[in-house]
Amino acid sequence: MTERFAGTDRYIATDDLMMAVNAAVTLGRPLLIKGEPGTGKTQLAEEIARSLGRPMFEWHVKSTSKAQQGLYEYDAVSRLRDSQLGDARVHDIANYILKGSLWQAFESEQQPVLLIDEIDKADIEFPNDLLRELDRMEFYVYETRQLVKARNRPIIVITSNNEKELPDAFLRRCFFHYIRFPDQETMASIVAVHFPGLKKELLSEALGAFFQLRDTPGLKKKPSTSELLDWIKLLVAEDIDPAVLRSQDPKKTLPILHGALLKNEQDVHLFEQLVFLNRRVR
Amino acid sequence: MLVNFFFELRKGGVPVTITEFLTLLEGLRAGVAWASVQDFYYLARTTLVKDERHYDRFDRVFAEIFNGAEKLFDEIVANVPAEWLQALAARTLSEEEKRKVESLGGWEKLLETLRQRLEEQRGRHQGGNKWIGTGGTSPFGAYGYNPEGIRIGQAGSRNRRAVKVWDQREYRNFDDTVELGTRNMKLALRKLRKFAREGAQDQLDLDATINATARNAGLLDLKLVAERRNAVKVLLFLDVGGSMDDHIRVCEELFSAARSEFKHLEYFYFHNFLYESVWKDNRRRFSQVTPVTQILRTYGHDYRVIFIGDATMSPYEITQPGGSVEHWNKEAGSVWMGRMTATYPRLVWLNPEKQDRWEYTASVRITRELVDERMFPVTIQGLDAAIGALRRPLSGPRPESQPGGETSVTSGGMGDI
Repeated sequence: MTERFAGTDRYIATDDLMMAVNAAVTLGRPLLIKGEPGTGKTQLAEEIARSLGRPMFEWHVKSTSKAQQGLYEYDAVSRLRDSQLGDARVHDIANYILKGSLWQAFESEQQPVLLIDEIDKADIEFPNDLLRELDRMEFYVYETRQLVKARNRPIIVITSNNEKELPDAFLRRCFFHYIRFPDQETMASIVAVHFPGLKKELLSEALGAFFQLRDTPGLKKKPSTSELLDWIKLLVAEDIDPAVLRSQDPKKTLPILHGALLKNEQDVHLFEQLVFLNRRVR
Repeated sequence: MLVNFFFELRKGGVPVTITEFLTLLEGLRAGVAWASVQDFYYLARTTLVKDERHYDRFDRVFAEIFNGAEKLFDEIVANVPAEWLQALAARTLSEEEKRKVESLGGWEKLLETLRQRLEEQRGRHQGGNKWIGTGGTSPFGAYGYNPEGIRIGQAGSRNRRAVKVWDQREYRNFDDTVELGTRNMKLALRKLRKFAREGAQDQLDLDATINATARNAGLLDLKLVAERRNAVKVLLFLDVGGSMDDHIRVCEELFSAARSEFKHLEYFYFHNFLYESVWKDNRRRFSQVTPVTQILRTYGHDYRVIFIGDATMSPYEITQPGGSVEHWNKEAGSVWMGRMTATYPRLVWLNPEKQDRWEYTASVRITRELVDERMFPVTIQGLDAAIGALRRPLSGPRPESQPGGETSVTSGGMGDI
């Protein structure tokens, strides 16, 4: 049996996430990961690859991506151009077949990890076009009349930001896990992994201020794990004294270096308004 | 028992299929999770539930079915022969971990401790508290892939936390939409799609290419165009509370259908009628409102506006300043509606109330006049007609009405009472 994924020294995985990953690995199903932006969805694939010692292939989906691009592309245009210039390569169509990430992953000697990142960015039909490929782990190249089969069924991790509903038929074939926003305890261990030498005092003050900020109603973009880590990095770099954080009542002032946490001017504005209201009340 | 679980899930509104159920069984057989309720819960959730909005429903059904079943897991574990444990552990542990086990006093001693602990925990169960102590069933977890698990004492707390997961129902607020399944509505809304070429130019324009290549003396000259995309923009206003409670289901269906159909969809809530502000989140309807003037400024004339509401209220709530049931509104609802229709020429009102009852309610008549008779019932035919009205071509931008400006409809509405 394959070894199990249990988080790494850089990545804290909760029990349910480990179970989802291990089930997906054991049964060879794609794992669909959803969650707030910045909770480490993309990083998960890298960490799986790293902890299991597998090669990793990435396919970053954009709004213009087609399912076909992940398999292969036939570069008809360069072939046409070559034919006009009299290049000898033109006689073999295989010269103009460009392999996509899925094909590369299928060819890998060792069982690879394939990341299909932000699948919801693509067209609505995109996941439907991949059904057979994900199910049977094979596809057909019409130009060269060749059937490409996976040597080793890749571990597929798919991330989604929930911008579009994914089709049912696609969901049926996947395992699903929703990364919940970590609670204070988990968050502390995540920070500890990234900043091993961090002073306890600073950590608890920063976490307190952070969770208080997150609870502010009506923020357009709630700060997430990655933003917290950035912020702590800044705090450390600026060598901020925990006492400064503590002396600031988060209800009365914006937290120090808030630019790392609040990402648009409406949120900063909203926060300033709240601060103003609170000051007036007291 | 598991089959029962499957049917209860379906009854509880989690869309599970047989394939997924078989996958769960496959996972159990492959030994991904066994002999621990927590592992089973996580495995079942990851295989059967495909949307975080259904997590809450799943938790409820799970708690109901497996309430008390964790005892069963205990018994299974207590009856497992020692050799099995050893064999399993030997298979999963690395050399280093095995050495660690040896240093702890060897297999015999460890198993002894394990049994003792199991006994203790069964004792606690007889104490009667159903949730506490269930975690103790996990000597396998302790033995398993996590080297720290060898410290058996910790396993208990880990499991107890997990049991709470489904009792806490943490995913409750995700479950706020109904299932998508309202294909008819989607199909009706789909007619509103309008394709336009927008964004990156990544498609070959064959005609232009041939033309340009010919001009280029036969040497290839590529011409690209952007792909056609749905460019329709929609503003949706939903009535909540009061008399709308009877229509919640149909509104939710419509809403979820619309959400998946349109890329540019903004939605707002109002109560009974449109006044100076609307809101996006019902829980924060008093603290976070969006002024209607802001909407008029932000979204251009090319937006299509759909109101959903039963328009059933006292006529004064529409025609009089201060008529709102919830607050003092300086200007009458009809004035605000007038601004809306002036800014957005393509506007319809969908009424979930049955059409034959419309004429008996004065406020419905007034509202119909305010929206130029573009009120439609929420039936497939009604939706079709509404979409037809929304597809009407735009004839130049209209002037915006000034705040406080009189609309002719106001007085007409009063006459009907």
